[in-house]
Amino acid sequence: MNATVLIIGCGALAHELVGLQRRNQWTHVRIQCLPADLHNTPDLIPDAVRKALDRYSSGYAHVFLAYADCGTGGALDRVLEEYGVERLPGAHCYEVFSGSRLFAQLSDEEMGTFYLTDFLVRHFDRLVKKGLGLDRHPELMATYFGNYRRVTYLAQTHTNELSAMARQHAKYLGLEFRQQYTGLALLDLAVQKSCINGFSEL
Amino acid sequence: MSQDYDEEDIVLAELDDEELTEQMRDDLYDGLADEIAEGTNILLGRGWGARKVLDEVLIGGMKIAGEDFRDGILFVPEVLLAANAMKAGLAILKPILSKIGAEPVGKMLIGTVKGDIHDIGKNLVGMMMEGAGFEIVDIGINIDADTYIAALKKERPDILGMSALLTTTMPYMKVVIDRMKEQGIREDFVVLVGGAPLNEEFSQAVGADAYCRDAATAVEIAKQLMQARRTC
Repeated sequence: MNATVLIIGCGALAHELVGLQRRNQWTHVRIQCLPADLHNTPDLIPDAVRKALDRYSSGYAHVFLAYADCGTGGALDRVLEEYGVERLPGAHCYEVFSGSRLFAQLSDEEMGTFYLTDFLVRHFDRLVKKGLGLDRHPELMATYFGNYRRVTYLAQTHTNELSAMARQHAKYLGLEFRQQYTGLALLDLAVQKSCINGFSEL
Repeated sequence: MSQDYDEEDIVLAELDDEELTEQMRDDLYDGLADEIAEGTNILLGRGWGARKVLDEVLIGGMKIAGEDFRDGILFVPEVLLAANAMKAGLAILKPILSKIGAEPVGKMLIGTVKGDIHDIGKNLVGMMMEGAGFEIVDIGINIDADTYIAALKKERPDILGMSALLTTTMPYMKVVIDRMKEQGIREDFVVLVGGAPLNEEFSQAVGADAYCRDAATAVEIAKQLMQARRTC
């Protein structure tokens, strides 16, 4: 079956999006992800998305962007308006996974929270340690994390190995640890609602 | 900027002023705080004024680092190390500048808005502004409108600087500016805003005077706006 729906997604969601595609049998959906490293450089996201839309979107009945605002301060939305493309709701993937209400509650409980997802737990060394230069310059730890108090691991899966890794990452950052299971239900719902329902028969 | 040589071979005290200045700019770019402190003391020992060391060496070097960051040549960790190196020089120069009693170029109150704990950008701006001769009153992070207003009334700065890193917290800048308008004090201050997700359009929408994309730009804009106010 030819794909009629294109999802352009953040590389940090690739694993989850492909999992949803398999589980939901979205045979009419093609998923194309951008490099996850963009997570550390939000200012580059709008242009990267624009290029991806120009490159991949022709021939699809519907195109959806699996990004939240992701620190672009509305710049991503301005690109999407030009193309008439919708994105995931919310400010970032933490809010997408946990939902606005829970995320607000977590932030209110401890504003100085550094959030991890399954992806960030797995790729902590590359995106956090190396990405922030802490591997080369551990003296920068206080500059980056001096105002943080807690790591909250928003878990998409029940995985002991990831939990242990997340706890280790919190220890490395010198922060208290908390784990909150989110699963994938809200991401699934957001994608279904925005781009799958109504397009499956096209 | 970095050259391919063995740092051990360079004895700063043996360089003439021009070579030392050049070397210190390289050292600052490379984030070598100890070398910056040593070089600063050498230049002072040779009769350089503290302001001259600051302007010609430290600010000049930091400006290059800032420009290279903006152009994607340098990344955040390297800029932070350069800033730490500049701080090492500033720590030596500040007491001398205070003793001279030089009139500040202006006074700036700066803080990160409510709900936001990020202060790297704010601290860089504060340091660069201080280096440029401004008096800085840093009121910290997670600052609500009441605290901003009270601090403005108490400190009477020329400039209010607000910082935010998060898309979710940047709208709070409008809350602060609206509160200033309600109290009839908005026009008493230049309002500058900055932070990664902001842009010029946002700055205009919330009623700020200018958006500063980086610390060096903040200094330039602050000077221009101060000048404009004084000539009005």
